Amino acid sequence: MTARYLIALQSILIKEITRFMRIWVQTLVPPAITMSLYFVIFGSLIGSRIGEMNGFSYMEFIVPGLIMMSVITNSYANVASSFFSAKFQRNVEELLVAPVPNYIIVLGYVGGGMARGILVGLIVTVLSLFFVTISIYNLAIIILTVVLTSMLFALGGLINAVYAKTFDDISIIPTFVLTPLTYLGGVFYSLTLLPGFWQQLAQLNPIVYMVNAFRFGFLGYTDVNLWLALVVVLSFILVLFSYAMYLINKGIGLRS
Amino acid sequence: MTLALDIKDLHKIYRSGTVALSGIDLQVQQGDFFALLGPNGAGKSTTIGIISALVNKSRGQVKVFGFDLDTELEAAKSQLGLVPQEFNFNQFETLLQIVVNQAGYYGVPRAVALQRAEKYLGQLGLWEKRHARARELSGGMKRRLMIARALMHEPRLLILDEPTAGVDIELRRSMWEFLRTINQQGVTIILTTHYLEEAEMLCRNIAIIDKGRIIENTSMKALLSKLGKETFILDLDQLPDSLQLADFVWRKLDQHSLEVDVEKSAGLNPIFEQLSAQQVKVLSMRNKANRLEELFVTLVEHGRGQAK
Repeated sequence: MTARYLIALQSILIKEITRFMRIWVQTLVPPAITMSLYFVIFGSLIGSRIGEMNGFSYMEFIVPGLIMMSVITNSYANVASSFFSAKFQRNVEELLVAPVPNYIIVLGYVGGGMARGILVGLIVTVLSLFFVTISIYNLAIIILTVVLTSMLFALGGLINAVYAKTFDDISIIPTFVLTPLTYLGGVFYSLTLLPGFWQQLAQLNPIVYMVNAFRFGFLGYTDVNLWLALVVVLSFILVLFSYAMYLINKGIGLRS
Repeated sequence: MTLALDIKDLHKIYRSGTVALSGIDLQVQQGDFFALLGPNGAGKSTTIGIISALVNKSRGQVKVFGFDLDTELEAAKSQLGLVPQEFNFNQFETLLQIVVNQAGYYGVPRAVALQRAEKYLGQLGLWEKRHARARELSGGMKRRLMIARALMHEPRLLILDEPTAGVDIELRRSMWEFLRTINQQGVTIILTTHYLEEAEMLCRNIAIIDKGRIIENTSMKALLSKLGKETFILDLDQLPDSLQLADFVWRKLDQHSLEVDVEKSAGLNPIFEQLSAQQVKVLSMRNKANRLEELFVTLVEHGRGQAK
Protein backbone atom coordinates (compact mmCIF):
# COMPACT_ATOMS: atom_id res chain seq x y z
CA MET A 1 0.00 0.00 0.00
CA THR A 2 1.57 3.27 -1.08
CA ALA A 3 1.70 6.42 1.04
CA ARG A 4 -0.93 7.97 -1.25
CA TYR A 5 -3.37 5.17 -0.53
CA LEU A 6 -2.69 5.41 3.20
CA ILE A 7 -3.53 9.12 3.14
CA ALA A 8 -6.75 8.32 1.27
CA LEU A 9 -7.62 5.62 3.83
CA GLN A 10 -6.86 8.00 6.69
CA SER A 11 -9.11 10.64 5.10
CA ILE A 12 -12.05 8.25 4.80
CA LEU A 13 -11.54 7.10 8.40
CA ILE A 14 -11.38 10.68 9.70
CA LYS A 15 -14.52 11.53 7.73
CA GLU A 16 -16.36 8.50 9.07
CA ILE A 17 -15.31 8.91 12.69
CA THR A 18 -16.06 12.63 12.59
CA ARG A 19 -19.52 11.79 11.26
CA PHE A 20 -20.60 9.50 14.09
CA MET A 21 -18.94 11.69 16.73
CA ARG A 22 -20.78 14.74 15.35
CA ILE A 23 -24.13 13.00 15.77
CA TRP A 24 -23.21 11.34 19.08
CA VAL A 25 -26.70 11.84 20.43
CA GLN A 26 -27.98 9.52 17.71
CA THR A 27 -25.02 7.13 17.61
CA LEU A 28 -23.48 6.79 21.06
CA VAL A 29 -26.20 7.69 23.55
CA PRO A 30 -29.02 5.31 22.46
CA PRO A 31 -27.01 2.08 22.87
CA ALA A 32 -25.80 3.32 26.26
CA ILE A 33 -29.40 3.89 27.40
CA THR A 34 -30.71 0.62 25.91
CA MET A 35 -27.94 -1.46 27.42
CA SER A 36 -28.30 0.23 30.82
CA LEU A 37 -31.97 -0.80 30.74
CA TYR A 38 -30.97 -4.36 29.90
CA PHE A 39 -28.53 -4.35 32.80
CA VAL A 40 -31.17 -3.05 35.20
CA ILE A 41 -34.06 -5.25 34.05
CA PHE A 42 -32.45 -8.49 32.96
CA GLY A 43 -29.36 -8.29 35.13
CA SER A 44 -30.48 -6.81 38.43
CA LEU A 45 -34.26 -7.27 38.60
CA ILE A 46 -34.98 -10.51 36.73
CA GLY A 47 -31.44 -11.89 36.83
CA SER A 48 -31.40 -12.17 40.61
CA ARG A 49 -34.37 -14.54 40.35
CA ILE A 50 -32.86 -16.60 37.54
CA GLY A 51 -29.87 -17.60 39.60
CA GLU A 52 -26.71 -19.02 38.06
CA MET A 53 -26.00 -19.81 34.42
CA ASN A 54 -23.28 -22.44 34.02
CA GLY A 55 -21.69 -21.45 37.30
CA PHE A 56 -21.80 -17.68 36.75
CA SER A 57 -24.28 -15.12 38.00
CA TYR A 58 -26.83 -14.22 35.30
CA MET A 59 -25.44 -10.70 35.15
CA GLU A 60 -21.89 -11.97 34.61
CA PHE A 61 -23.19 -14.28 31.91
CA ILE A 62 -25.15 -11.74 29.86
CA VAL A 63 -22.74 -8.79 30.08
CA PRO A 64 -20.34 -10.09 27.35
CA GLY A 65 -23.33 -10.94 25.14
CA LEU A 66 -24.86 -7.50 25.58
CA ILE A 67 -21.55 -5.80 24.82
CA MET A 68 -21.24 -7.92 21.68
CA MET A 69 -24.84 -7.14 20.73
CA SER A 70 -24.14 -3.42 20.80
CA VAL A 71 -20.91 -3.90 18.82
CA ILE A 72 -22.78 -5.87 16.13
CA THR A 73 -25.69 -3.41 15.85
CA ASN A 74 -23.54 -0.29 15.77
CA SER A 75 -20.87 -1.55 13.36
CA TYR A 76 -23.62 -2.53 10.96
CA ALA A 77 -25.74 0.59 11.37
CA ASN A 78 -22.81 2.95 10.97
CA VAL A 79 -21.74 1.75 7.55
CA ALA A 80 -25.26 1.07 6.32
CA SER A 81 -26.44 4.60 7.05
CA SER A 82 -23.21 6.42 6.22
CA PHE A 83 -22.63 4.73 2.87
CA PHE A 84 -26.28 4.99 1.91
CA SER A 85 -26.29 8.70 2.85
CA ALA A 86 -23.17 9.17 0.72
CA LYS A 87 -25.04 7.58 -2.18
CA PHE A 88 -28.20 9.56 -1.46
CA GLN A 89 -26.43 12.92 -1.19
CA ARG A 90 -24.15 11.83 -4.03
CA ASN A 91 -21.03 12.71 -2.05
CA VAL A 92 -19.81 9.17 -2.71
CA GLU A 93 -18.84 10.73 -6.06
CA GLU A 94 -16.05 12.55 -4.21
CA LEU A 95 -14.44 9.14 -3.80
CA LEU A 96 -15.43 7.72 -7.16
CA VAL A 97 -13.75 10.51 -9.14
CA ALA A 98 -10.57 10.29 -7.06
CA PRO A 99 -7.75 7.82 -7.73
CA VAL A 100 -8.74 5.70 -4.73
CA PRO A 101 -8.69 1.92 -5.25
CA ASN A 102 -11.95 0.24 -4.38
CA TYR A 103 -10.43 -1.81 -1.59
CA ILE A 104 -9.42 1.42 0.15
CA ILE A 105 -13.02 2.63 -0.07
CA VAL A 106 -14.22 -0.65 1.45
CA LEU A 107 -11.55 -0.61 4.18
CA GLY A 108 -12.26 3.05 4.97
CA TYR A 109 -15.99 2.60 5.47
CA VAL A 110 -15.54 -0.72 7.29
CA GLY A 111 -12.90 0.90 9.51
CA GLY A 112 -15.38 3.66 10.37
CA GLY A 113 -18.02 1.09 11.30
CA MET A 114 -15.52 -0.84 13.41
CA ALA A 115 -14.52 2.35 15.21
CA ARG A 116 -18.13 3.06 16.20
CA GLY A 117 -18.84 -0.56 17.12
CA ILE A 118 -15.77 -0.78 19.33
CA LEU A 119 -16.35 2.63 20.92
CA VAL A 120 -19.94 1.72 21.77
CA GLY A 121 -18.66 -1.62 23.10
CA LEU A 122 -16.30 0.26 25.39
CA ILE A 123 -19.06 2.58 26.60
CA VAL A 124 -21.33 -0.38 27.35
CA THR A 125 -18.45 -2.16 29.14
CA VAL A 126 -17.86 0.87 31.34
CA LEU A 127 -21.60 1.10 32.10
CA SER A 128 -21.71 -2.59 33.00
CA LEU A 129 -19.13 -1.91 35.73
CA PHE A 130 -21.88 -0.14 37.68
CA PHE A 131 -23.77 -3.43 37.86
CA VAL A 132 -21.17 -6.19 37.98
CA THR A 133 -17.48 -6.77 38.56
CA ILE A 134 -15.97 -7.86 35.28
CA SER A 135 -13.22 -10.44 35.30
CA ILE A 136 -10.97 -10.89 32.30
CA TYR A 137 -9.90 -14.41 31.44
CA ASN A 138 -8.08 -13.73 28.16
CA LEU A 139 -7.72 -10.15 26.92
CA ALA A 140 -6.27 -11.17 23.55
CA ILE A 141 -9.38 -13.23 22.74
CA ILE A 142 -11.63 -10.33 23.79
CA ILE A 143 -9.80 -7.91 21.51
CA LEU A 144 -9.54 -10.36 18.61
CA THR A 145 -13.23 -11.29 18.78
CA VAL A 146 -14.51 -7.73 19.02
CA VAL A 147 -12.28 -6.57 16.15
CA LEU A 148 -13.31 -9.44 13.87
CA THR A 149 -16.99 -9.21 14.75
CA SER A 150 -17.15 -5.46 14.19
CA MET A 151 -15.36 -5.95 10.87
CA LEU A 152 -17.80 -8.64 9.78
CA PHE A 153 -20.91 -6.61 10.54
CA ALA A 154 -19.46 -3.42 9.11
CA LEU A 155 -19.00 -5.35 5.86
CA GLY A 156 -22.60 -6.52 6.13
CA GLY A 157 -23.74 -2.91 6.57
CA LEU A 158 -21.79 -1.85 3.51
CA ILE A 159 -23.37 -4.53 1.33
CA ASN A 160 -26.80 -3.55 2.63
CA ALA A 161 -26.11 0.10 1.75
CA VAL A 162 -24.93 -0.78 -1.76
CA TYR A 163 -28.27 -2.44 -2.49
CA ALA A 164 -30.42 0.06 -0.60
CA LYS A 165 -32.52 2.40 -2.69
CA THR A 166 -34.40 4.10 0.14
CA PHE A 167 -33.70 4.80 3.81
CA ASP A 168 -36.22 2.06 4.68
CA ASP A 169 -34.01 -0.49 2.91
CA ILE A 170 -31.24 -0.05 5.45
CA SER A 171 -33.46 -1.09 8.34
CA ILE A 172 -34.89 -4.28 6.78
CA ILE A 173 -31.87 -6.53 7.42
CA PRO A 174 -31.31 -5.27 11.01
CA THR A 175 -35.00 -5.77 11.82
CA PHE A 176 -35.67 -9.10 10.15
CA VAL A 177 -32.27 -10.79 10.24
CA LEU A 178 -29.83 -9.25 12.70
CA THR A 179 -32.13 -8.75 15.67
CA PRO A 180 -33.60 -12.29 15.64
CA LEU A 181 -30.16 -13.86 15.10
CA THR A 182 -28.69 -11.81 17.94
CA TYR A 183 -31.50 -12.58 20.40
CA LEU A 184 -31.24 -16.26 19.45
CA GLY A 185 -27.44 -16.09 19.46
CA GLY A 186 -26.85 -17.05 23.05
CA VAL A 187 -26.74 -13.53 24.47
CA PHE A 188 -29.31 -14.25 27.17
CA TYR A 189 -28.94 -17.98 27.68
CA SER A 190 -26.52 -20.86 27.39
CA LEU A 191 -27.08 -23.16 24.42
CA THR A 192 -27.01 -26.06 26.90
CA LEU A 193 -30.49 -24.96 28.01
CA LEU A 194 -31.91 -25.72 24.57
CA PRO A 195 -33.36 -29.12 23.62
CA GLY A 196 -31.14 -31.24 21.32
CA PHE A 197 -32.59 -30.21 17.93
CA TRP A 198 -32.65 -26.50 18.77
CA GLN A 199 -29.10 -26.75 20.10
CA GLN A 200 -27.98 -28.16 16.71
CA LEU A 201 -29.94 -25.50 14.85
CA ALA A 202 -28.45 -22.73 16.96
CA GLN A 203 -25.01 -23.82 15.82
CA LEU A 204 -25.92 -22.57 12.32
CA ASN A 205 -26.26 -19.07 13.71
CA PRO A 206 -22.90 -17.29 13.20
CA ILE A 207 -23.64 -14.86 16.05
CA VAL A 208 -23.54 -17.79 18.50
CA TYR A 209 -19.84 -18.20 17.72
CA MET A 210 -19.01 -14.54 18.18
CA VAL A 211 -20.91 -14.18 21.43
CA ASN A 212 -19.36 -17.35 22.83
CA ALA A 213 -15.82 -16.49 21.78
CA PHE A 214 -16.22 -13.06 23.36
CA ARG A 215 -17.70 -14.54 26.53
CA PHE A 216 -14.79 -16.95 26.70
CA GLY A 217 -12.43 -13.95 26.85
CA PHE A 218 -14.22 -12.75 30.01
CA LEU A 219 -15.35 -15.93 31.74
CA GLY A 220 -13.20 -18.69 30.24
CA TYR A 221 -16.47 -20.44 29.35
CA THR A 222 -17.92 -21.14 25.92
CA ASP A 223 -20.75 -23.28 24.51
CA VAL A 224 -18.85 -23.80 21.23
CA ASN A 225 -15.31 -24.65 20.23
CA LEU A 226 -13.24 -21.44 20.36
CA TRP A 227 -11.14 -22.21 17.29
CA LEU A 228 -14.21 -23.16 15.31
CA ALA A 229 -15.70 -19.82 16.33
CA LEU A 230 -12.68 -17.93 14.99
CA VAL A 231 -12.69 -19.94 11.76
CA VAL A 232 -16.41 -19.22 11.27
CA VAL A 233 -15.94 -15.47 11.81
CA LEU A 234 -12.87 -15.31 9.55
CA SER A 235 -14.66 -17.27 6.82
CA PHE A 236 -17.64 -14.92 6.92
CA ILE A 237 -15.30 -11.93 6.75
CA LEU A 238 -13.57 -13.37 3.71
CA VAL A 239 -16.84 -14.08 1.92
CA LEU A 240 -18.42 -10.70 2.71
CA PHE A 241 -15.24 -8.76 1.87
CA SER A 242 -15.00 -10.52 -1.51
CA TYR A 243 -18.66 -9.84 -2.18
CA ALA A 244 -18.38 -6.18 -1.16
CA MET A 245 -15.39 -5.80 -3.48
CA TYR A 246 -17.32 -7.43 -6.31
CA LEU A 247 -20.23 -5.01 -5.82
CA ILE A 248 -18.04 -1.91 -5.67
CA ASN A 249 -15.92 -3.05 -8.63
CA LYS A 250 -19.06 -3.59 -10.67
CA GLY A 251 -20.31 -0.21 -9.54
CA ILE A 252 -23.66 -1.67 -8.43
CA GLY A 253 -25.83 1.23 -7.28
CA LEU A 254 -22.92 3.61 -7.88
CA ARG A 255 -22.19 3.90 -11.59
CA SER A 256 -24.70 3.98 -14.43
CA MET B 1 2.15 18.03 -27.33
CA THR B 2 -0.11 15.57 -25.50
CA LEU B 3 -3.77 16.47 -25.68
CA ALA B 4 -5.48 17.41 -22.43
CA LEU B 5 -8.45 15.35 -23.52
CA ASP B 6 -8.70 12.93 -26.40
CA ILE B 7 -12.01 11.17 -26.99
CA LYS B 8 -12.45 8.71 -29.83
CA ASP B 9 -15.66 7.08 -31.01
CA LEU B 10 -17.35 7.31 -27.62
CA HIS B 11 -20.66 5.52 -27.31
CA LYS B 12 -23.04 5.22 -24.40
CA ILE B 13 -26.23 3.23 -24.28
CA TYR B 14 -27.90 3.13 -20.86
CA ARG B 15 -29.45 -0.07 -19.52
CA SER B 16 -32.86 1.40 -20.28
CA GLY B 17 -31.87 1.38 -23.94
CA THR B 18 -31.48 5.16 -24.16
CA VAL B 19 -28.71 6.06 -26.57
CA ALA B 20 -26.89 8.98 -24.95
CA LEU B 21 -23.77 9.13 -27.12
CA SER B 22 -23.40 7.87 -30.67
CA GLY B 23 -19.73 8.06 -31.52
CA ILE B 24 -18.20 11.24 -30.15
CA ASP B 25 -14.74 12.41 -31.19
CA LEU B 26 -13.36 15.34 -29.26
CA GLN B 27 -9.88 16.74 -28.75
CA VAL B 28 -8.97 19.49 -26.30
CA GLN B 29 -5.51 21.04 -26.38
CA GLN B 30 -3.48 21.70 -23.24
CA GLY B 31 -4.11 25.17 -21.84
CA ASP B 32 -7.37 25.58 -23.75
CA PHE B 33 -10.54 27.14 -22.39
CA PHE B 34 -13.10 24.95 -24.11
CA ALA B 35 -16.88 25.18 -24.24
CA LEU B 36 -19.04 22.09 -24.57
CA LEU B 37 -22.53 23.25 -25.41
CA GLY B 38 -25.75 21.53 -26.22
CA PRO B 39 -29.45 21.51 -25.39
CA ASN B 40 -30.75 19.63 -22.35
CA GLY B 41 -30.35 15.88 -22.79
CA ALA B 42 -27.83 16.28 -25.61
CA GLY B 43 -25.18 14.12 -23.93
CA LYS B 44 -22.96 16.73 -22.23
CA SER B 45 -23.32 15.37 -18.71
CA THR B 46 -22.94 11.76 -19.93
CA THR B 47 -19.70 12.73 -21.67
CA ILE B 48 -18.44 14.42 -18.51
CA GLY B 49 -19.60 11.46 -16.43
CA ILE B 50 -17.57 9.07 -18.56
CA ILE B 51 -14.45 11.27 -18.48
CA SER B 52 -14.65 11.45 -14.69
CA ALA B 53 -15.36 7.71 -14.29
CA LEU B 54 -18.85 8.18 -12.86
CA VAL B 55 -20.52 6.62 -15.88
CA ASN B 56 -19.36 3.45 -17.63
CA LYS B 57 -18.89 3.88 -21.36
CA SER B 58 -20.31 1.37 -23.81
CA ARG B 59 -17.52 1.73 -26.38
CA GLY B 60 -14.71 4.06 -27.40
CA GLN B 61 -11.54 5.49 -25.92
CA VAL B 62 -10.93 8.37 -23.52
CA LYS B 63 -7.47 9.70 -22.68
CA VAL B 64 -6.75 12.44 -20.16
CA PHE B 65 -3.30 13.92 -20.68
CA GLY B 66 -2.37 10.72 -22.51
CA PHE B 67 -3.59 8.40 -19.74
CA ASP B 68 -6.15 5.91 -21.01
CA LEU B 69 -9.20 5.50 -18.78
CA ASP B 70 -9.21 1.76 -19.48
CA THR B 71 -5.59 1.01 -18.63
CA GLU B 72 -4.33 3.93 -16.49
CA LEU B 73 -7.47 4.98 -14.64
CA GLU B 74 -5.82 6.29 -11.47
CA ALA B 75 -3.27 8.37 -13.40
CA ALA B 76 -6.08 9.76 -15.57
CA LYS B 77 -8.19 10.60 -12.52
CA SER B 78 -5.27 12.41 -10.87
CA GLN B 79 -5.13 14.87 -13.80
CA LEU B 80 -8.79 15.75 -13.53
CA GLY B 81 -10.83 18.05 -11.31
CA LEU B 82 -14.62 17.92 -11.60
CA VAL B 83 -17.20 20.53 -10.69
CA PRO B 84 -20.49 18.72 -11.22
CA GLN B 85 -23.82 20.28 -12.03
CA GLU B 86 -25.58 19.11 -8.86
CA PHE B 87 -24.34 19.78 -5.35
CA ASN B 88 -22.69 16.54 -4.31
CA PHE B 89 -21.00 17.24 -1.01
CA ASN B 90 -22.12 16.18 2.44
CA GLN B 91 -24.38 19.01 3.54
CA PHE B 92 -23.55 18.40 7.21
CA GLU B 93 -19.78 18.68 6.91
CA THR B 94 -17.88 21.93 7.27
CA LEU B 95 -16.21 23.49 4.25
CA LEU B 96 -12.79 22.73 5.65
CA GLN B 97 -13.65 19.06 6.20
CA ILE B 98 -15.00 18.76 2.67
CA VAL B 99 -11.99 20.20 0.89
CA VAL B 100 -9.30 18.67 3.14
CA ASN B 101 -10.82 15.19 2.90
CA GLN B 102 -11.13 15.54 -0.86
CA ALA B 103 -7.43 16.38 -1.10
CA GLY B 104 -6.74 13.33 1.05
CA TYR B 105 -8.49 11.05 -1.44
CA TYR B 106 -5.90 12.21 -3.98
CA GLY B 107 -3.06 11.44 -1.57
CA VAL B 108 -2.36 15.05 -0.56
CA PRO B 109 -0.95 15.03 3.01
CA ARG B 110 -3.14 16.78 5.57
CA ALA B 111 -0.67 19.59 6.32
CA VAL B 112 -0.42 20.46 2.61
CA ALA B 113 -4.17 20.13 2.22
CA LEU B 114 -4.75 22.67 4.99
CA GLN B 115 -2.46 25.18 3.22
CA ARG B 116 -4.28 24.62 -0.06
CA ALA B 117 -7.64 24.93 1.67
CA GLU B 118 -6.64 28.40 2.86
CA LYS B 119 -5.45 29.28 -0.64
CA TYR B 120 -8.47 28.11 -2.63
CA LEU B 121 -11.22 28.84 -0.11
CA GLY B 122 -9.56 32.25 0.30
CA GLN B 123 -9.42 32.94 -3.43
CA LEU B 124 -13.08 32.01 -3.76
CA GLY B 125 -14.11 34.16 -0.81
CA LEU B 126 -15.04 31.26 1.48
CA TRP B 127 -12.20 31.14 4.02
CA GLU B 128 -14.22 33.04 6.62
CA LYS B 129 -16.90 30.37 6.30
CA ARG B 130 -14.52 27.42 6.63
CA HIS B 131 -16.08 26.19 9.87
CA ALA B 132 -19.66 26.60 8.63
CA ARG B 133 -21.67 23.56 7.58
CA ALA B 134 -22.10 23.31 3.81
CA ARG B 135 -25.90 23.41 4.08
CA GLU B 136 -25.69 26.87 5.64
CA LEU B 137 -24.18 28.34 2.47
CA SER B 138 -26.03 30.26 -0.24
CA GLY B 139 -26.35 28.69 -3.70
CA GLY B 140 -23.50 30.77 -5.08
CA MET B 141 -21.24 29.85 -2.19
CA LYS B 142 -22.01 26.15 -2.71
CA ARG B 143 -20.96 26.46 -6.36
CA ARG B 144 -17.71 28.13 -5.31
CA LEU B 145 -17.13 25.45 -2.71
CA MET B 146 -17.32 22.80 -5.44
CA ILE B 147 -14.74 24.74 -7.48
CA ALA B 148 -12.40 24.96 -4.46
CA ARG B 149 -12.87 21.25 -3.79
CA ALA B 150 -12.04 20.36 -7.41
CA LEU B 151 -8.81 22.35 -7.23
CA MET B 152 -7.47 20.84 -3.99
CA HIS B 153 -5.32 18.27 -5.78
CA GLU B 154 -4.23 20.90 -8.34
CA PRO B 155 -5.53 19.14 -11.46
CA ARG B 156 -4.27 19.93 -14.95
CA LEU B 157 -7.75 19.62 -16.43
CA LEU B 158 -10.76 21.21 -14.77
CA ILE B 159 -14.23 20.29 -16.00
CA LEU B 160 -17.09 22.53 -14.93
CA ASP B 161 -20.63 21.37 -15.62
CA GLU B 162 -22.76 24.53 -15.55
CA PRO B 163 -20.80 26.16 -12.74
CA THR B 164 -22.73 29.42 -12.77
CA ALA B 165 -26.27 28.01 -12.88
CA GLY B 166 -28.41 30.00 -10.48
CA VAL B 167 -25.59 32.40 -9.61
CA ASP B 168 -26.26 36.14 -9.69
CA ILE B 169 -24.48 38.20 -12.32
CA GLU B 170 -22.03 39.90 -9.96
CA LEU B 171 -20.88 36.60 -8.56
CA ARG B 172 -20.83 35.06 -12.01
CA ARG B 173 -18.44 37.72 -13.19
CA SER B 174 -16.10 37.15 -10.24
CA MET B 175 -16.18 33.41 -11.00
CA TRP B 176 -15.30 34.14 -14.64
CA GLU B 177 -12.37 36.21 -13.46
CA PHE B 178 -11.20 33.41 -11.22
CA LEU B 179 -11.50 30.82 -14.00
CA ARG B 180 -9.61 33.07 -16.42
CA THR B 181 -6.81 33.41 -13.87
CA ILE B 182 -6.38 29.69 -13.29
CA ASN B 183 -6.55 29.09 -17.04
CA GLN B 184 -3.74 31.62 -17.49
CA GLN B 185 -1.80 29.70 -14.87
CA GLY B 186 -1.92 26.67 -17.15
CA VAL B 187 -5.04 24.74 -16.12
CA THR B 188 -7.01 23.46 -19.11
CA ILE B 189 -10.70 24.18 -18.64
CA ILE B 190 -13.74 22.55 -20.17
CA LEU B 191 -16.99 24.33 -19.47
CA THR B 192 -20.61 23.46 -20.13
CA THR B 193 -23.08 26.24 -19.67
CA HIS B 194 -26.51 27.44 -20.63
CA TYR B 195 -25.33 31.04 -20.55
CA LEU B 196 -23.96 31.31 -24.07
CA GLU B 197 -22.62 34.76 -23.29
CA GLU B 198 -20.42 33.01 -20.74
CA ALA B 199 -19.00 30.62 -23.34
CA GLU B 200 -18.45 33.47 -25.79
CA MET B 201 -16.61 35.57 -23.24
CA LEU B 202 -14.43 32.85 -21.76
CA CYS B 203 -13.78 30.11 -24.27
CA ARG B 204 -11.39 29.92 -27.19
CA ASN B 205 -12.72 26.71 -28.69
CA ILE B 206 -16.15 25.18 -28.75
CA ALA B 207 -17.98 21.96 -29.50
CA ILE B 208 -21.73 21.73 -29.84
CA ILE B 209 -23.30 18.41 -29.03
CA ASP B 210 -26.84 17.37 -29.84
CA LYS B 211 -28.54 13.99 -29.62
CA GLY B 212 -25.28 12.29 -28.74
CA ARG B 213 -23.31 13.66 -31.69
CA ILE B 214 -20.87 16.53 -32.12
CA ILE B 215 -22.47 18.84 -34.64
CA GLU B 216 -19.82 21.57 -34.52
CA ASN B 217 -16.24 21.64 -33.25
CA THR B 218 -14.21 24.71 -34.02
CA SER B 219 -12.73 27.89 -32.59
CA MET B 220 -15.08 30.45 -31.12
CA LYS B 221 -13.77 33.00 -33.62
CA ALA B 222 -14.45 30.75 -36.61
CA LEU B 223 -17.89 29.92 -35.30
CA LEU B 224 -18.90 33.51 -34.75
CA SER B 225 -17.63 34.48 -38.18
CA LYS B 226 -20.33 32.19 -39.59
CA LEU B 227 -22.87 34.65 -38.37
CA GLY B 228 -23.92 36.55 -41.51
CA LYS B 229 -26.38 38.99 -39.97
CA GLU B 230 -26.71 40.73 -36.62
CA THR B 231 -29.51 42.76 -35.16
CA PHE B 232 -28.70 45.94 -33.23
CA ILE B 233 -30.88 48.09 -31.02
CA LEU B 234 -30.15 51.80 -31.15
CA ASP B 235 -31.32 54.11 -28.37
CA LEU B 236 -32.01 57.56 -29.79
CA ASP B 237 -32.83 60.94 -28.22
CA GLN B 238 -35.89 61.19 -30.45
CA LEU B 239 -37.12 59.03 -33.32
CA PRO B 240 -38.73 61.19 -36.07
CA ASP B 241 -41.72 59.69 -37.88
CA SER B 242 -40.10 60.63 -41.18
CA LEU B 243 -36.96 58.55 -40.53
CA GLN B 244 -35.44 56.91 -43.60
CA LEU B 245 -32.71 54.24 -43.54
CA ALA B 246 -31.88 53.21 -47.08
CA ASP B 247 -30.46 49.68 -47.70
CA PHE B 248 -31.33 48.45 -44.20
CA VAL B 249 -34.22 46.47 -42.80
CA TRP B 250 -35.30 48.27 -39.65
CA ARG B 251 -38.18 48.43 -37.20
CA LYS B 252 -39.34 51.14 -34.86
CA LEU B 253 -39.60 49.85 -31.31
CA ASP B 254 -40.84 53.04 -29.59
CA GLN B 255 -40.27 56.80 -29.78
CA HIS B 256 -36.67 56.40 -28.63
CA SER B 257 -35.39 53.16 -30.08
CA LEU B 258 -35.15 51.24 -33.28
CA GLU B 259 -33.97 47.82 -34.35
CA VAL B 260 -31.76 47.39 -37.41
CA ASP B 261 -30.67 44.21 -39.20
CA VAL B 262 -27.09 44.58 -40.41
CA GLU B 263 -25.45 42.30 -42.97
CA LYS B 264 -21.86 41.65 -41.96
CA SER B 265 -20.57 43.02 -45.28
CA ALA B 266 -22.54 46.28 -44.94
CA GLY B 267 -20.92 47.60 -41.74
CA LEU B 268 -22.41 50.10 -39.33
CA ASN B 269 -21.09 53.37 -40.79
CA PRO B 270 -23.95 53.95 -43.27
CA ILE B 271 -26.48 53.79 -40.44
CA PHE B 272 -24.71 56.49 -38.46
CA GLU B 273 -24.18 58.61 -41.56
CA GLN B 274 -27.88 58.49 -42.43
CA LEU B 275 -28.99 59.20 -38.85
CA SER B 276 -26.59 62.12 -38.56
CA ALA B 277 -27.88 63.55 -41.83
CA GLN B 278 -31.40 63.50 -40.36
CA GLN B 279 -30.22 65.18 -37.12
CA VAL B 280 -30.88 62.06 -35.02
CA LYS B 281 -28.59 61.57 -32.06
CA VAL B 282 -27.61 57.98 -31.12
CA LEU B 283 -27.31 57.64 -27.35
CA SER B 284 -26.27 54.00 -27.23
CA MET B 285 -26.28 50.77 -29.18
CA ARG B 286 -26.39 47.07 -28.28
CA ASN B 287 -26.80 43.63 -29.82
CA LYS B 288 -30.39 42.48 -29.78
CA ALA B 289 -29.47 38.94 -28.81
CA ASN B 290 -26.38 37.09 -27.89
CA ARG B 291 -24.61 36.28 -31.13
CA LEU B 292 -23.64 32.80 -30.04
CA GLU B 293 -27.20 32.12 -29.00
CA GLU B 294 -28.43 32.80 -32.52
CA LEU B 295 -25.79 30.54 -33.99
CA PHE B 296 -26.46 27.84 -31.44
CA VAL B 297 -30.15 27.73 -32.26
CA THR B 298 -29.40 27.77 -35.99
CA LEU B 299 -26.86 24.95 -35.73
CA VAL B 300 -29.01 22.73 -33.55
CA GLU B 301 -32.05 23.24 -35.76
CA HIS B 302 -29.96 22.66 -38.88
CA GLY B 303 -28.45 19.49 -37.37
CA ARG B 304 -31.89 18.16 -36.47
CA GLY B 305 -33.16 19.00 -39.95
CA GLN B 306 -30.37 16.91 -41.46
CA ALA B 307 -30.98 14.06 -39.05
CA LYS B 308 -34.59 13.82 -40.23
